[in-house]
Amino acid sequence: MENIQDSQWPLWEVFIQSQPGTPYKHAGSVHGPDKSIAMQNARDTYFRRNEGTSIWIVPSNAIVASDPNDSDMLFDPSNDKAYRHPTFYTMPEGALNI
Amino acid sequence: MENETKLKHFESLIDADSNIEPRDWMPEDYRKHLVRQISQHAHSEVIGMQPEGNWISRAPSLRAKKILLAKIQDEGGHGLYLYSAAETLGISRDELIEQLHSGKAKYSSIFNYPALTWADIGAIGWLVDGAAIVNQVSLQRTSYGPYARAMVRICKEESFHQRQGYEIMAHMMQGTPEQQEMAQDAMNRWWWPALMMFGPHDTNSPHSGNAIKWKIKRASNDILRQKFIDKTVQQAELIGLTVPDKDLKWNEETKHYEHGEINWEEFQSVINGNGPCNKQRMENHIKAHHEGEWVRKAATAYALKQNQSVKQ
Amino acid sequence: MRLQQNEVLFLYTLRLADDALILGHRLGEWCSKAPILEEDLALTNIALDMIGRAEAILRYAAEVEGKGHTEDDLAYKRPERKFYNHLLVEQENGDFAHTIARQLFISTFEYHLYTALLKSSDENIAGIAAKAIKEIKYHKKHASDWCIRLGDGTEESKERMQTALNDLWMYTGELFEMDDINEWLHEGGIAADLRKLEGPWKTDIVDVLAQAKLTVPSSGYMQTGSRKGIHTEKLGYILAEMQYLQRAYPTAKW
Repeated sequence: MENIQDSQWPLWEVFIQSQPGTPYKHAGSVHGPDKSIAMQNARDTYFRRNEGTSIWIVPSNAIVASDPNDSDMLFDPSNDKAYRHPTFYTMPEGALNI
Repeated sequence: MENETKLKHFESLIDADSNIEPRDWMPEDYRKHLVRQISQHAHSEVIGMQPEGNWISRAPSLRAKKILLAKIQDEGGHGLYLYSAAETLGISRDELIEQLHSGKAKYSSIFNYPALTWADIGAIGWLVDGAAIVNQVSLQRTSYGPYARAMVRICKEESFHQRQGYEIMAHMMQGTPEQQEMAQDAMNRWWWPALMMFGPHDTNSPHSGNAIKWKIKRASNDILRQKFIDKTVQQAELIGLTVPDKDLKWNEETKHYEHGEINWEEFQSVINGNGPCNKQRMENHIKAHHEGEWVRKAATAYALKQNQSVKQ
Repeated sequence: MRLQQNEVLFLYTLRLADDALILGHRLGEWCSKAPILEEDLALTNIALDMIGRAEAILRYAAEVEGKGHTEDDLAYKRPERKFYNHLLVEQENGDFAHTIARQLFISTFEYHLYTALLKSSDENIAGIAAKAIKEIKYHKKHASDWCIRLGDGTEESKERMQTALNDLWMYTGELFEMDDINEWLHEGGIAADLRKLEGPWKTDIVDVLAQAKLTVPSSGYMQTGSRKGIHTEKLGYILAEMQYLQRAYPTAKW
């Protein structure tokens, strides 16, 4: 235990929900040695102004991000599927509540 | 993709005012410039806590004490946001701090001036934060996504900093003759260093070229400095403070103030470590870092033990 | 000399306020000196809670006193012998372990005190307690978490944490002292019965120290004096600094 390396502790990503019912949004990151301290650090860093009602923290190295080089294969194919959107369809004149 | 193609793609993103994100390809110089600029910015926030922190224990009212504590805490938070932004470029905070301590990384020269009286707290908020905000507002549109996002959050939070400083100055200028004298003295000492915060004239600015081209910086040093002067002179006059520049005059044609020559010798001297407080600021930071080592290690050791006992 | 009802209440509110004010001052001294940036924010956050609480209680104290003073007059113009904070909170920050020990002892005490004050028959005090108790829960968790990490961290941290607990232990007895003021106000349903808080306080401390694998200091001689405004030498320096501007420029407003 005595040859512990000094460090600024692992990095955590912080997501905050501004009010119940809304999606969690990435706020930034903090350093913390463990969950409990990292949670307190997230609170003291990102909640100084009543910014929200709930926090998620995730170890940064647990986040899997898509590779920008794959962007064409991942995202472009959904470009031409207009039939997934309601505006694609023509409704008979006068139809209500649809 | 060949580097050539990658560079073209990168430049097309920049030209289209899109943002570069951490996993996107970027030229090595772009990355290097960002690390230098963001870390300098982060270190400035953190070292900047010292001159003001110097007055927390002596703040003259409970209201003033709360405001000052909250403001300095914000600076720490902003340093933290910026370190995080720099970390997305693949450099750790340990390395960033190491670079600060070794002198490889710089911080804003303004924080090497001493905060001598309570009026300095007013002057720092009004002039130093005021100058910083002009720069930061422009950086909200910087091309690197994490940096831009940090800037947006910082600008939102810093809007009270300048106002609280100006409030202190305005209040003192309505106070006793001693308070007025204190306020003018602070103005005299902080005005020129605040102008220096924007860096050398555009003609002498070594890093500006690519930074502007790649939209890391969105406006030149001189343009930002001019913006600051133009809005601050009126604020000074309104509360009866004299700007300590005998050459300052309004140019009706350009609709800008013209100012006297900045003492660049002093600027270089402070940058090179000879300001009144360079040594003290760095020593404080290094001392706190060393004194905290056993605490950081203890927390790491505890976390390791917990993880091991979970696994067993 | 028999004190009037409002004089008694005034002195009691000063005790509550001065703990917050002096501890807030001490925590503010950590600014730029914490072991890591995140902890700098945490300690100043607690300092802010403390100054805010001091302000609210002193405002009420000034009202009870009825002499036209403001909360700032009470903070900045009272001399040493008229301050009533516990000796514990004026002790120096020391290393991080000493600050955590101080925080652990005082925030655990405040947790039980302010829980009791939620039911104070004085609605101003009950109102202040309702706001304070939320902050105190967080302060208590912060101190407990850190005490456990330092106690069960490295050999060095364990030793430092144990030393800090031992050093500050002699200032904890005073927290539960009842004098006439406490008795009278307790009878009137305004103040808490401190004797009843000592048991739960001790239970909490023993529990945290067990998790931290630390030893509960043996109960020896306990320091006392703050109920009468008799302090350690440290308070004078705190006030000299805190009150400097107000005293150097008595006619100025800030």
